[in-house]
Amino acid sequence: MNTHTNTPAVEIENLSFAYRNQNVLEDISLKVPHGSFLGLVGPNGSGKSTLIKCILGLLTPDKGAVKLNGVPVKKFDKWSEIGFVSQKANSFNSGFPATVFEVVSMGLYGKVGLFRFLRKKHKEKVREAIAQVGMEDYTQANIGQLSGGQQQRVFIARALVSDPAILILDEPTVGVDAKSVSNFYTMLRELNNEKGMTLILVTHDIGAMSEYVTDVACLNKCLHFHGDKHVFEDNKEEMMTAMYGHEVNLLEHNHDHGHHHHHHDHDDAGRGQE
Amino acid sequence: MIELLQQLTFLERGIIAGLIIGLICPVIGSFLLVRRMTIISEGLSHITLTGIAAGVFLSQSVVYLGFINPLYTGLLFSLAGSLLVEKLRQIYKHFQELAIPIILSSGIGLSAILISVTPSNTTEWFNFLFGSIVTVSLADLGFIFFTGVIMLVLLGMFYKELLSISFDQEFAATSGISVRKMNFLFAVLIALVISMSMKVIGILLVGAMVTLPVAASIQFAKSFRQVVLIGILIGELSVLGGVMLSIYLNIATGGMIVVTGVFLLILTMLIKKITRYTSGFRLSQS
Repeated sequence: MNTHTNTPAVEIENLSFAYRNQNVLEDISLKVPHGSFLGLVGPNGSGKSTLIKCILGLLTPDKGAVKLNGVPVKKFDKWSEIGFVSQKANSFNSGFPATVFEVVSMGLYGKVGLFRFLRKKHKEKVREAIAQVGMEDYTQANIGQLSGGQQQRVFIARALVSDPAILILDEPTVGVDAKSVSNFYTMLRELNNEKGMTLILVTHDIGAMSEYVTDVACLNKCLHFHGDKHVFEDNKEEMMTAMYGHEVNLLEHNHDHGHHHHHHDHDDAGRGQE
Repeated sequence: MIELLQQLTFLERGIIAGLIIGLICPVIGSFLLVRRMTIISEGLSHITLTGIAAGVFLSQSVVYLGFINPLYTGLLFSLAGSLLVEKLRQIYKHFQELAIPIILSSGIGLSAILISVTPSNTTEWFNFLFGSIVTVSLADLGFIFFTGVIMLVLLGMFYKELLSISFDQEFAATSGISVRKMNFLFAVLIALVISMSMKVIGILLVGAMVTLPVAASIQFAKSFRQVVLIGILIGELSVLGGVMLSIYLNIATGGMIVVTGVFLLILTMLIKKITRYTSGFRLSQS
């Protein structure tokens, strides 16, 4: 893990959030150091997406604070340093008349500023991001006519185009076929290893995720565990029981605790989780 | 500039006004289309009628307010109405379409009252309802020209932001765009386009100019940019065709512009159908 500075990329302190008096998140404290790859797991309705929205400033917590690079989220203004990939399904109208190029360009709009249209270097950047996710043959294709996996790659390009230091992904693989999922995780690991990008990946797909991340946080209203993934692996059964309230049958790959394995059967493991 | 404008004949004034409208309506219409809000133009045009009626009433019944151009009071009501729609959409979060009938019926109700107390002839109202290019005065052209310039500047500045928000509000917010400010700006733009188009197209027909060109362009457009550009082309063709026909046939301009627009829409549908059929034929042959 390469730590650029001592200030964590994301810092959450005693955060609580309630929807109509119903507590969704209780007293969450979490530090995500620069250069780490955090897998945020938990069952449906555990508050994962709510926590992400608080981190991004889309929701204001009832108690506690969120800091991005040490700056309170309300005052944070360098949004081009943050990339966000949301759950695809609810985020756009599939009849929207936009090309892949137009959609990926939107990732630069925070950076380009008023009146200034995309210049040559911006357009170059957009093409690079599209190529990075392997969609260069679809640059002028209509976003609505692509498959779920292709759309998700486009949304990742949109998040990557501004060269973010922190990339936050909320259940990015929902509705994406198994092969694309494993390619996708491999790409995330490369971003983390080679570019030192800080990643936060929200998922309930524990089996497929744990091979790639460096840290794990288990959330179900409260934070049940946060730490190195090997510790998580060693105590998985208890974690699951604590988080889900019952034993979970993990249909996953044979994982020798402590070192990397590259089985390609984790696609099936991922599906088994659903 | 002003001298140049003064030398224009009534017909030239009308045509210039029409061309400005034909340029801007489809641009706003493109954003309304992708936000699924085209119906808003109907609601706002009726509240604008209230403003116009208020303007006519004030200028005729209060001596020192005789200078009031009803277009400006129309604009004020349109702005207020647009912001009110935004507010209502927030209040009825799960039934957002309620905002339009609420505004629309309030607008018509108030207009009915104001029109009934205003001593004015029916031709004047007829012109406001259905549009007329022969009544475009120099002051009206000035109003259309300046609102048009303001809108083009605003659209040039915020095209990117408006597009990003229309596509994915959540992502736009996380890329540093202020969704609230942009929605406010957009409300202002809709109000401007409605009050600008009223004199030529007419209150009852403004919605058509915002909707028809983009309904046609979306059938061919592969990108948002194309929706806008093809929309402008069809908008301008509708205006020119409509104005010509209304002069030769001596028919209400607004009606003729809209009918031309509908004609072009049907034409694009046919072309689309034919191209799809022939390409399908080719595919099945190979």
